[in-house]
Amino acid sequence: MYKIIEKEFFSEKVVKLVLEAADIAKSRKAGHFVIVRVDEKGERIPLTIADSDIERGTITLVIQVVGVTSAKLANLNVGDEILDVVGPLGKATHIENFGTVLAAGGGVGVAPLYPIVKALKEAGNRVITVLAARTKDLIILEDEMRKYSDEVIVMTDDGSYGKKGLVTMGMEEVIEREKVDFSMIIGPAIMMKFGALTTKKYNIPTEVSLNTIMVDGTGMCGACRVSVGGKTQFVCVDGPEFDAHQVDFDEMLMRLNAYKKEETEAYEKYLALQQA
Amino acid sequence: MEDLSYYKEKRSEDWRVELRKTKKAKERTLMERISMLEQDAVERSQNIEEVNLGLTEEMALVEAQRCLDCANPTCITGCPVGINIPGFIKKIEVKDFLGAAEVLKDTNTLPAVCGRVCPQEKQCENSCFYTVQLKKPPVAIGYLERFAADYERNSGKMAIPKVATNNGIKVAIIGSGPAGLAASADLVKFGYDVTVFEALHEIGGVLKYGIPEFRLPNEIVDVEIENLRKMGVKFRTNFIVGKTASFDDLRAQGYQAFFVGSGAGLPRFMNIPGENSIGIFSSNEYLTRVNLMKAADNNYDTPVSFGDTIAVIGGGNTAMDSVRTAKRLGAKRAVIIYRRSIEEMPARVEEVKHAQEEGIEFMNLHNPVEYIADQDGHVKQMRLQKMKLGEPDASGRRRPIPIDGSEFLMDVDAVVVSVGVSPNPLIPSSLKDLETTKWGTIVVNQDTMQSSVKDIFAGGDIVRGGATVILAMGDGRKAAAGIHDYLMEKVKKN
Ligand SMILES: Cc1cc2nc3c(=O)[nH]c(=O)nc-3n(C[C@H](O)[C@H](O)[C@H](O)COP(=O)(O)OP(=O)(O)OC[C@H]3O[C@@H](n4cnc5c(N)ncnc54)[C@H](O)[C@@H]3O)c2cc1C
Ligand SMILES: Cc1cc2nc3c(=O)[nH]c(=O)nc-3n(C[C@H](O)[C@H](O)[C@H](O)COP(=O)(O)OP(=O)(O)OC[C@H]3O[C@@H](n4cnc5c(N)ncnc54)[C@H](O)[C@@H]3O)c2cc1C
Ligand code: FES
Repeated sequence: MYKIIEKEFFSEKVVKLVLEAADIAKSRKAGHFVIVRVDEKGERIPLTIADSDIERGTITLVIQVVGVTSAKLANLNVGDEILDVVGPLGKATHIENFGTVLAAGGGVGVAPLYPIVKALKEAGNRVITVLAARTKDLIILEDEMRKYSDEVIVMTDDGSYGKKGLVTMGMEEVIEREKVDFSMIIGPAIMMKFGALTTKKYNIPTEVSLNTIMVDGTGMCGACRVSVGGKTQFVCVDGPEFDAHQVDFDEMLMRLNAYKKEETEAYEKYLALQQA
Repeated sequence: MEDLSYYKEKRSEDWRVELRKTKKAKERTLMERISMLEQDAVERSQNIEEVNLGLTEEMALVEAQRCLDCANPTCITGCPVGINIPGFIKKIEVKDFLGAAEVLKDTNTLPAVCGRVCPQEKQCENSCFYTVQLKKPPVAIGYLERFAADYERNSGKMAIPKVATNNGIKVAIIGSGPAGLAASADLVKFGYDVTVFEALHEIGGVLKYGIPEFRLPNEIVDVEIENLRKMGVKFRTNFIVGKTASFDDLRAQGYQAFFVGSGAGLPRFMNIPGENSIGIFSSNEYLTRVNLMKAADNNYDTPVSFGDTIAVIGGGNTAMDSVRTAKRLGAKRAVIIYRRSIEEMPARVEEVKHAQEEGIEFMNLHNPVEYIADQDGHVKQMRLQKMKLGEPDASGRRRPIPIDGSEFLMDVDAVVVSVGVSPNPLIPSSLKDLETTKWGTIVVNQDTMQSSVKDIFAGGDIVRGGATVILAMGDGRKAAAGIHDYLMEKVKKN
């Protein structure tokens, strides 16, 4: 059992949980994720380790509520326990001193981006971070990002905070202004797709972290498969980070909808139960 | 089968000699092989209860009489772990059912499991005197094994094996499939401080996430795990060795030897166009969703695809389990697509028979070459090619050859790809010095199961590729002995 020792809402739908998981805290590196099963009847879902504290033996997860499992997690309180947490999974991010790095995070993708930005900064890179969300309330981890970025550009779709526009606008502003040696983009699949198209135009080596549907997270099932450079890869063991210019985003977007109907029904049922 | 003297000694015990005289061999051979009690085929294809119901005491007593207690028991040579087969069957004949279970457990850690899932028709029963010499149906060794093991479990007198006093030496077992469980049982008996590390949230490996309830009820595996707990084995779920902690981390925590039984968990796909469409799963994903995550039960959160027509590609046990699961989840047509003919199917004969009885369609000598999806990316059709059989290949089975111009389309709602598994690469990739083959299996010394890294031993599917429960279990026991020798040697030196 993995006890929750801190909880904080970043916005109505985004929650930060700090939980006890000493072994994972010790072994994890930037880019790693865990698989969580909330309770006996729960499904297994992947969540990036946003941060960890070896001394306290804790890891931090940042969760956006999109369906039953994320909602269950957001409903847990300090002192509650999560039944299963396994990790760290996936390959750690390849960190080196590239020179100037453009990091772009969309929505809750900012959470997985945070440890990578931190590691890139610590490796000596000049890091420019673009944070993007639909609206002001959904911009998360801004202070933390500022701490490890040379510059932070905030973009909101509705212009309620920072500059008005999509993440790609913020990215292009930087690329046109100065030489970018490497880019890291994490966010909703559609945002990564367009981010990748943007950096491709300028031939900037780019990585994305893919958030496919998973079951085991250990390479056993193939639920997480995507085509990268025409070859099928398992995101949980071969990734989650891949060369953005090789990923078949359309296939991935399609596969993310595999259980759309079941998920929506389950979520509606869950919300109805919560209300009752 | 090295040591027959032990067997001979048992066979010449007075009671055995007397028992042989109670009935003439001729009379024994005239008896008919009993049939397993089974759930009705139509009924069972709509529930997940076990198909085979077991033998009654009377049936077991009768079947045990058929065994001739041969002087040269060829059945034993057919058993991968050399179970003293006449030894346990004769105990059944004299109604000493607990004694029979005890004989089984001398060599087999999991008789209730093996009695259900071993391919007996290729092993012990295939080398039974009846099969070889009399050309008659063999003694139902598998059914009797299951009977004795079930009798013991249900008797409430399940003996917890004696364990030596804890010697404080820590040994880590990686993976809780049959290989790991068997290794842990022997090592705890020798007195080691044994911890089993399992990546998933459940103990049991394929026995839990792969083989369905209707063939191997979880309860049976759980009883074995509970016994291991009582013997002092510790279990850590959600712990991936090589990820949650490295071998070096565990060495630093005092673990002095390791047994790797991490299985062959990596599903293979065929790499044909459209295979990543929605609704196409590996059998591992399909079975894991249903068995481990209970996706078919509305009270559980994990979803799974249902549909009227479900095609399963392959002819092994995994394919049979998937297709019969699909039937039980309500598929109107559950179809096996297999590129060879039914004779070449690697699945247990009983599973193929059960599948046929349950109304599973078999499209043998067919192979998919492409999947076609609808506008949402969901598979709707598959392009199949007809095959014919050519010359035998390396496996001794006749090679399937595509027939030109034979392609046609078939409508499907979901497809389960069950064309084999590869060794789990997690461990090999986390250890540079570990010698592996080009297939990714771990290279070991055949006698001790020791790998190229001295304190690491391995067995089961991670060494053999996809094999069987009994071989995995046998490897686990062999490795336990190897580890014991290795550690005793080490202790002596220090
Ligand atoms: C490696 C990895 C790291 C991840 N890290 C985080 C993280 O740090 N924080 C976080 O909030 N989420 C993260 N995700 C996504 C997260 O796993 C999903 O949001 C979660 O599985 C949704 O489960 P649910 O039951 O709440 O919703 P569901 O009912 O399963 O889904 C609800 C809706 O979300 C969509 N959805 C389902 N699965 C995903 C998915 N994997 N990614 C995006 N949308 C999905 C569905 O299409 C559906 O519309 C990560 C995914 C991966 C693969
Ligand atoms: C659907 C299906 C049906 C089958 N039917 C039959 C049958 O009827 N008869 C038969 O004899 N055989 C059958 N088999 C084959 C048989 O189940 C396997 O040969 C056997 O289970 C192998 O045992 P194992 O202990 O080597 O590995 P597994 O049973 O695969 O167990 C390995 C375990 O190790 C865990 N693991 C992997 N890596 C790590 C790690 N790094 N750290 C911690 N844990 C780890 C895995 O999660 C898994 O639980 C079937 C297989 C399948 C999939
Ligand atoms: S999640 Fe099962 S293989 Fe990646």
